[in-house]
Amino acid sequence: MAQAPVLPRGFELPLEPRLPRVGSVDAVALEERAASLAKRSIKREAKVFALELAVRMMDLTTLEGQDTPGKVAALASKAIRPDPSDAGIPSVAAICVYPNLVPSAVARVEGTSVKVASVATAFPSGQSPIETKLEEVRWVVENGADEVHMVIDRGPFLSNRYAKVYDEIVQVKEASGQVRLKVILEVAELGTYDNVRRASLLAMAAGADFIKTSTGKLPGAATLPVTLCMLEAIRDVYEETGRMIGMKPAGGIRQAKQAVHYLVQLHETLGVEWLTPDLYRLGASSLLNDVLMQLRKEKTGAYQSPDYFTVD
Amino acid sequence: MAERLPVKKTYKLFIGGAFPRSESGRTYEAEGQNVGRASRKDARDAVRVARAAWPKWAGMTAYNRGQVLYRLAEMIESRSAEFAELSTGRDEVERTVDRIVWYAGWADKLAQVLGSSNPVAGPYFNFTVPEPTGVVAILAPDEPPLLGLVSRVVPALTGGNAVVAVASETHPLAAIELAEALATSDVPGGVVNLLTGHRKELAPWLASHMDVNALDITGAEGASAELERAAADNVKRVVRGDPDSQSPWEIASFLELKTVWHPVGQ
Amino acid sequence: MTELERKQDRTPVPKEWAYAPAPESRDLVTLDDRYGHYVGGTWLEPSETYTTISPATEEPLAEVGQATPEEVEAAVAAARDAFENGWSGISTAERAKYLFRIARILQERAREFAVLESLNGGKPIKESRDVDLPLAAAHFFYYAGWADKLEYAFPNRRPRPVGVAGQIIPWNFPLLMLSWKIAPALAAGNTVVLKPAETTPLSALLFADVLRQAELPPGVVNIVTGDGRAGAALVKSEGVDKIAFTGSTEVGKAIQRELAGTGRKLTLELGGKAANIIFDDAALDQAVEGIVNGIYFNQGHVCCAGSRLLVQESIYEPVVEKLKRRLTTLRVGDPLDKNTDVGAINSEEQLERIRELVESGEQEGAEIYQPPCRLPEKGYWFAPTVFTNVAQSYRIAQEEIFGPVLSVLTFRTPEEAVEKANNTPYGLSAGVWTEKGSRILWMAERLRAGVVWANTFNRFDPSSPFGGYKESGFGREGGRHGLEPYLNFDGGESSGG
Repeated sequence: MAQAPVLPRGFELPLEPRLPRVGSVDAVALEERAASLAKRSIKREAKVFALELAVRMMDLTTLEGQDTPGKVAALASKAIRPDPSDAGIPSVAAICVYPNLVPSAVARVEGTSVKVASVATAFPSGQSPIETKLEEVRWVVENGADEVHMVIDRGPFLSNRYAKVYDEIVQVKEASGQVRLKVILEVAELGTYDNVRRASLLAMAAGADFIKTSTGKLPGAATLPVTLCMLEAIRDVYEETGRMIGMKPAGGIRQAKQAVHYLVQLHETLGVEWLTPDLYRLGASSLLNDVLMQLRKEKTGAYQSPDYFTVD
Repeated sequence: MAERLPVKKTYKLFIGGAFPRSESGRTYEAEGQNVGRASRKDARDAVRVARAAWPKWAGMTAYNRGQVLYRLAEMIESRSAEFAELSTGRDEVERTVDRIVWYAGWADKLAQVLGSSNPVAGPYFNFTVPEPTGVVAILAPDEPPLLGLVSRVVPALTGGNAVVAVASETHPLAAIELAEALATSDVPGGVVNLLTGHRKELAPWLASHMDVNALDITGAEGASAELERAAADNVKRVVRGDPDSQSPWEIASFLELKTVWHPVGQ
Repeated sequence: MTELERKQDRTPVPKEWAYAPAPESRDLVTLDDRYGHYVGGTWLEPSETYTTISPATEEPLAEVGQATPEEVEAAVAAARDAFENGWSGISTAERAKYLFRIARILQERAREFAVLESLNGGKPIKESRDVDLPLAAAHFFYYAGWADKLEYAFPNRRPRPVGVAGQIIPWNFPLLMLSWKIAPALAAGNTVVLKPAETTPLSALLFADVLRQAELPPGVVNIVTGDGRAGAALVKSEGVDKIAFTGSTEVGKAIQRELAGTGRKLTLELGGKAANIIFDDAALDQAVEGIVNGIYFNQGHVCCAGSRLLVQESIYEPVVEKLKRRLTTLRVGDPLDKNTDVGAINSEEQLERIRELVESGEQEGAEIYQPPCRLPEKGYWFAPTVFTNVAQSYRIAQEEIFGPVLSVLTFRTPEEAVEKANNTPYGLSAGVWTEKGSRILWMAERLRAGVVWANTFNRFDPSSPFGGYKESGFGREGGRHGLEPYLNFDGGESSGG
């Protein structure tokens, strides 16, 4: 089992020597940069490109106590063919469900490009024994999930027990085997951008394939500045090691225009190589229809009504 | 019985805390004495030592500068008889001492009166503080010989500047007496340099000196246009003050304002 | 292929994402074919004219007047008349309300002015829209509030207007510099003759229409256009009580010489060669943004631009790498495109100066980097440029380039950083980037510059005094201190502002 070394206080991250120094983040400048990127004016073919890409990057999500196989079936249909009246619209990247619903989700998307992602590790709080978490991870992988979304243990993180957080990610990564591991930082609970940067680097060092902002269960989920902060950490890891880590902002992205802003930010921070669902996902439940409406507006020239787009 | 022959003082320049003769070896006669007649090279040397002495003076706490100036007032008061003889009299000396005390009390209040914090429209803390401009060249007025010099030099000092002053040409002895008080005070050597000599000869060199930050032409006596033109070579601050005023704005005329921005964020 | 491998198949990555053109509508601006001088509330037919162009396309925009000394005198006389017969008699509260009106009209017509500013000056619409116009309006709003409160700003000093102010402004922020000049002058009760820069007269001429809408009494603000000859005539005019100049140090010195012995008031806001100092503990990504904003904002046509980058040696490589990478994302081109980051160089003359200095940098042995970018064929353009391997003695490290050209130098200790930063005849601004609070204040104390930006750069606000040390000029613009140059006082006055 991987074991993080005991580290001195203040310089605690179990990073390989070649990983970037932790560094810090200036909140005001970060927010200004994010706001300035959000002023890009994306028109016509550039906008259609972004909107179609947004569809292909979308993780359609349902994480409710009231989820049923029926609900998952409807979500899967929407994921595979988001706009029944327009076959040109691509499928979304994945559907994201609770562990119990993985088997029905897998059955529904079989033979399509849509992947099944499952939250695990006592989502959303992460407050369970490690054995339980690992068992849950193994179970969703055995049942066919393509992606595992874990949450970091914020308690130890906020009390500077970084080695514990690191160790847990390493073990989950082992337990999830070949499937993609997305590590959720739950940024709303981390308090500062400095912590977001620290947690991003820690997750990437421990083996995350993706880092993700939020569970979606708390107010104050993904924002443009927090996403930029994480993209910059990803960029540092790439520049130091060549590893390409994925990014997923989740929660609070409801409008097509916002999605375009996120993609502009991605494009101008990490470059065109990251413009793929392999390296970027948008976690959202209500974004898709707005994107579809905008796409149809671009095609027809007429402003659209939600009545013409299915609610699933 | 023969009267005792008094030992006469040689009136020299005051540069870098020491009393050198003019490098030119020249003197001129004023008030019945031979007085050092500074050359352009003496002026140059004075600027050099003023520049070197300036950071220490500017770097003192304002409280400390105030105390040093107060101490200077004490020194002058204790020699008031000599100063009275070399100036227009006791009244001038008393006003001089009181003026220095008045300015001494300003040292640690300037930033509060002249500075500000500025409510910018954004997540920044922004404040403005006065700072000394650096090396100030002062052409002191001829009259009154002591109070005129002090009224120009002390405001510059209070703000943290180093000074090269050309004393009253017609009544230079009070300036030398002042130099002796300065030399025994806690004003660091080189912070005040006093040159005696011909103003018309020295002024152009100070006005055009590229390492002088401000030029006080209060005592220039009409010939100021040429000096002001020379002062433009390095964009000097040109100050035309009052030979007998007492005002914080006299201090402000030797100050710069620095504004600092910093973001406010977590 | 196992099931898992199939599922992990990579999807293809696009080659590029080219943003479609997003031009701001030029129709927002209606230009006359020909403009005169705005004197005494009416248009004075000019005896000579020249053509003002768009530097991005070299397209002629309008004919404008080249003011003769007689025309300048006419403007000064109109200002004098307005000062003595009206403006100084209007209650200060009414004066304030005129300024509030001007601020509001500028806000309402902001988009129109922004387009004109980009058209005539070459700056990106993003900047004229988000920086120049909001700040110009804010400046009038700020000083409007001072107009009837001067005795609170200067207690026990009996502040009184100076009289007629002659104001000469540069081409880098035409309307913003106009507002920096006119707003405090009027708030203090003066009247004004303003001369905009030769290459960017149009926003000042459109501003005359704002004055008409605001019903400002005739002659309170007069605008004469033309090149340096018109400015020289204004400086020489005996009817002018105060000169305020923003521009090059060379011209500033000439003005100071011209005014020698006249007793007329003068403030100068001149050149700079600011050091932007990056310590190894700085928030690097934000520092890189600050470097970019410091030197490529407004094509580097900024007197306080952070044109000398001082990087602590221990982080030299990552900073330069990040900077170069960031430069590749700068979008150079049509100033009216909303996505343009770097616009056109303001004039052919300025372009020549930039080219000449860049050539000298290469000859002296500095290493040049320019990101790949396609520059338009017509108009005046210069790619964002970084010089590394720069020695303090190179011309590109000493002279103000006033273009998108950055010189990178290194230092090892805070002492060395201060020494190098201050090693210049200029003293307008400086930047410091470090996470250590005590070091920020230590540096801020020692940097000989009128504005110190710590962990930020190129921020401006009407309440924040701005101006230089040493050869960067004297006097302050902005804040309470910015009123001082436009007032006479009892009991002495400070030259510093």
